Amino acid sequence: MKTLGQCAKLIRSKNAGPFWLTIDVMFDDPATYRAVRDQRVVTVELIGRLYGQPADQISVFEHDAALAIKISLPRPQSSGSPLDTDVFGGQQYAPLLDLNVDIDAAGLSK
Amino acid sequence: MLGPLPLLAATGMLGSGFREDSIQRAVGLGVRMIGCDAGTTDFGPHLLATGRSQFSRAAVKRDTSVILCSAVRAGIPLVIGSAGGAGGDLNLGWMRDVLTEIAAEQSLHFRLAVIHSEQTKAAVKDLKRDGRVRALPPAQPLTDRDIDDSLHIVAMMGAEPIQAALEHSDVVLAGRSSDAAIYSALPLQLGYAPAVCWHAGKILECGAAAVAQRAAPDSMVAVLHADSFDIFPMREDYRCTPQSIASHTLYENADPFRLVEPSGVLGTLETRYTAVDDRTVNVSGSSFHPAARYGVKIEGARLAGYSTIVIGAIRDPLIIRQLDSWLDRLDDNLRERLRSTVGDGPRYQIVVRVYGRNGVMGALEPRNVAEGHEVTLLWDVISDSQELSRSIAASLSHMAVHNPIPEWHGLISGVAFPFAPSEVDRGPVYEFHLNHVVFPPTPTSLFPIEYLAL
Repeated sequence: MKTLGQCAKLIRSKNAGPFWLTIDVMFDDPATYRAVRDQRVVTVELIGRLYGQPADQISVFEHDAALAIKISLPRPQSSGSPLDTDVFGGQQYAPLLDLNVDIDAAGLSK
Repeated sequence: MLGPLPLLAATGMLGSGFREDSIQRAVGLGVRMIGCDAGTTDFGPHLLATGRSQFSRAAVKRDTSVILCSAVRAGIPLVIGSAGGAGGDLNLGWMRDVLTEIAAEQSLHFRLAVIHSEQTKAAVKDLKRDGRVRALPPAQPLTDRDIDDSLHIVAMMGAEPIQAALEHSDVVLAGRSSDAAIYSALPLQLGYAPAVCWHAGKILECGAAAVAQRAAPDSMVAVLHADSFDIFPMREDYRCTPQSIASHTLYENADPFRLVEPSGVLGTLETRYTAVDDRTVNVSGSSFHPAARYGVKIEGARLAGYSTIVIGAIRDPLIIRQLDSWLDRLDDNLRERLRSTVGDGPRYQIVVRVYGRNGVMGALEPRNVAEGHEVTLLWDVISDSQELSRSIAASLSHMAVHNPIPEWHGLISGVAFPFAPSEVDRGPVYEFHLNHVVFPPTPTSLFPIEYLAL
């Protein structure tokens, strides 16, 4: 068992325009990416629970060519507005780091 | 038959820098245009609200000087999009001054097109009345109040206004633009496939951001063919890989497979990314789906108020373990005090961010407890005047320091302020409040062009 933070080559978050937040979970080898994808480590339901947002507002994409899982959700407030806490949206990915990936089951030794 | 068409992106954002020899080598390769994006909403709403530039005039002037001299001397067009950062008329005017100053200093002569993207309130109200405005999620329908509150409104142009300008000019300074349109305008005009033009534009607009490991901003070249394009970086120590180029559709886009442009949607679900050599990638198989109705995004900023902030920190574990009730008590006491000093008339907002609990993630934080041995409190008081915000902040900091807890008897000093005075005026603060699409009568109708001979 490993954490998503240990498996990914990069986990980042960023604004997608001032009203949306997007999180990229990127891998450097196809087998690890497929293990995470096929185990459904990241789902809209899980992100909804973790971030306290309605699941129907959240999108999760599997990008095979980029070896990446992508999550997008509306920002609770627009970038740079009085209630905002993160103008670039750059520090909103941390809750994903501790998600579990059954990497042994996938036969990987990373 | 369309031959290879090389296009150069100087860097991802004008003023962020690139190596001069990257531009020179690209010009040596025979690139047919130089482009550079200057815009972003990343830094916040103040750039549109005030007309300021994020990067210094010196930084923008250096970058502009290199690409302007190179383009004019090589006789190839230069397109700068989202000029001045936000693309409003103030930003555009600032950028035009930089450009004309360089032209005079370097004795450069060229035809300049300046494309305006700022919209008057009256024009936006007309569009709204004619049913030409729609809210984008998560926004609400546009109201006249939203329009009246705006300090500046810009519309984000597609390729067509840039194409119109290119017919009569050598250098195009465009207001707020679709980033990809800076690069797609010329090849679309020459008849290259829309999917190739838009996908190449989408990658080029960030300069060398799509390389495998970027040390500093730099240049990128795309060579367009009839049904694909090749892309490679100009710095010899940078490499594009199929994964780095594929990953770029993720960057700053909510949906990596549907990239919305004014004239349609670029589809990347079937795209193939193939290594040509160890630093060049061929991209093919993207699709372009023309929009049923041509639509441009509008952006607007309004004044949120005048801000005074107070930074304080707590080390006492007795206070930290009851932080929520401590903050609630402070809020109750403060509001009671303000009712007698400020009254119920003036509007004000007091926002507190608790670092060590959820200061970074706010409402999105799953671990919403203070677990450490100290916390930092950042209060932000926002009202309609700086004087009022400062007076509220002064009451707040005084009440906070003596805000009691049941465990201690007598007058406590419960907050450490790192600064004197504890209250710091931040001046006017702004917010983006428009997230709407406008369906203009024609693709060029919102974007008047001025021509100048320099």
